[in-house]
Amino acid sequence: MTDKSKLFLLLILIIGFAVFLLGHGLTMDNYQYFLSKRTPKVLAMILASVAIALSSFAFQTITHNRILTPSIMGFDALYLLIQVSIVFVAGSLSVVALNPYINFSISAFIMVGFSTLLFHFYFGSGRRNIIVLLLVGVVLSQLLFNMANMLVMMLDPNEYAAVQANMFASFGKVSKPLIYLCIPIILLAAIALFKHANVLNVLWLENDNATSLGVDVPIVTKRILLLSALLIAVSTALVGPVLFLGLLVTNLTREWFNTYQHKTLFIGCSLISMLALLSGQVIVEHVFALQTTLSVVINFIGGLYFLRMLLKNQIV
Amino acid sequence: MIKVENINKQYAGKLVASNINVAFEKGKVTSIIGPNGAGKSTLLSIMSRLLNKDSGNVYVDGTELEKWATNTLAKRLAVLKQSNNLNMRFTVKELIAFGRFPHSQGKLTDTDHQVIQHAIEYLDLVAIQDKYLDNLSGGQKQLAFIAMVMAQDTDYVLLDEPLNNLDIKHSLQIMKNIRRLAHEMNKAVVIVIHDINFASCYSDNIIAMKNGEIAIAGNVDQVIQASVLESVYDTPFKVVTLDNQHVCVYY
Repeated sequence: MTDKSKLFLLLILIIGFAVFLLGHGLTMDNYQYFLSKRTPKVLAMILASVAIALSSFAFQTITHNRILTPSIMGFDALYLLIQVSIVFVAGSLSVVALNPYINFSISAFIMVGFSTLLFHFYFGSGRRNIIVLLLVGVVLSQLLFNMANMLVMMLDPNEYAAVQANMFASFGKVSKPLIYLCIPIILLAAIALFKHANVLNVLWLENDNATSLGVDVPIVTKRILLLSALLIAVSTALVGPVLFLGLLVTNLTREWFNTYQHKTLFIGCSLISMLALLSGQVIVEHVFALQTTLSVVINFIGGLYFLRMLLKNQIV
Repeated sequence: MIKVENINKQYAGKLVASNINVAFEKGKVTSIIGPNGAGKSTLLSIMSRLLNKDSGNVYVDGTELEKWATNTLAKRLAVLKQSNNLNMRFTVKELIAFGRFPHSQGKLTDTDHQVIQHAIEYLDLVAIQDKYLDNLSGGQKQLAFIAMVMAQDTDYVLLDEPLNNLDIKHSLQIMKNIRRLAHEMNKAVVIVIHDINFASCYSDNIIAMKNGEIAIAGNVDQVIQASVLESVYDTPFKVVTLDNQHVCVYY
């Protein structure tokens, strides 16, 4: 099968699942109500899957590894800490916690700010070892997670219940206007990443060869890291953390597509990511009858895949 | 011409390059030799902007290295380090095509295709041009990387240990091609090399380094002398002349 027909096949499957999710059980009487509920959910899944796929793939290319995703930079943990802190400081019934715009803006702003600060310190210091940056991310991630946990211990049980809802990805409760706000942000960041596709191809050859071929590696690295940060921040603030999705889809893309061209790989990865979320949602709704959540299914499959990669030593 | 002036570089308090002054001309093969840790690769990396220097200047065609836009410089100067990990599967031809990136930013023109084809034929890679690199031997892989550097079509070609892990046949093939690049295509080729006899037989000029300094720089006759090499390597040397080539015996 050529890469083109693979993309085509994915697209057909995605349309199939999307139509099923949107359309099952519709009648002339109920379609307005159901569609108004289901459309934002499917849209949120598509946005999140594209954002996670693009950011993870570009991130893995510039960090020359296939096991780390922006989650390792502490994004999921930071998001958790922000959510807990909001409830801790302002209370679960405050406008900050309840108004989706304010909550979204604060979360996205802090997450992009956090990564900018991290990269600034890192690239300002003149060292250029990405492994150090990743280790800093791992340590920070643990630190933030523990801080969030400490705050959780001190929370009132009722307040905690309110936070808990935000701790896992959820597509059902995303507010409609927020989705429309995210579309242009994700679209612009995606276009910017696609514009870097040819430069990213050169980065397959590692930094020294890329430099020899005229790529300004530190600047490109910084730009791509910021774009990934923006994408992952927006997607996490929109639907919550989906830990293993990025790892799962980037590696499936590498295994399945027979090209080094980031243009194709980006599209393929986004499509695989959409397919994973949409088909996962169908399974959750119709096989498990909503007894579990999508993020649990994705993390279960992603976690198994992660273990397989470790066992097969496919780390770099 | 590449001109290196008063280069200094420290790693953790240890001078790995100290007060280096040297120049490299077009049309010549220059070998950098010396014991491990002498600063050969450091010098090559500094000259090719892969490593920052602590002080001093490197001029490429009269302009300081830092003043060159990295993409413009990539049309004049190419460098190949000794270990080349790939994070992706490429065919030989796909890899060589990357050499055209500075010229066409990834959108290959007809000229690019001609240059790529020329590099493939020049280095005798036609039979394996569509094979994946991970299925090739170390020598074929090394040749493919050298073909990529050739396709980049720069005046200056810097190679860090191009013979690393190669057998005699491939080493000869690569050294002959390096000499052709310099003499037929008027490029300045600079190589870091451990095998003194290859350096002696295939270079025009040799630079011997020791402890981060240049011990001696000159043409082959000046450098390949028993007394000079003994002081560089701290090992007894015997230099014999066979068919007008100096060959070192140090076993």
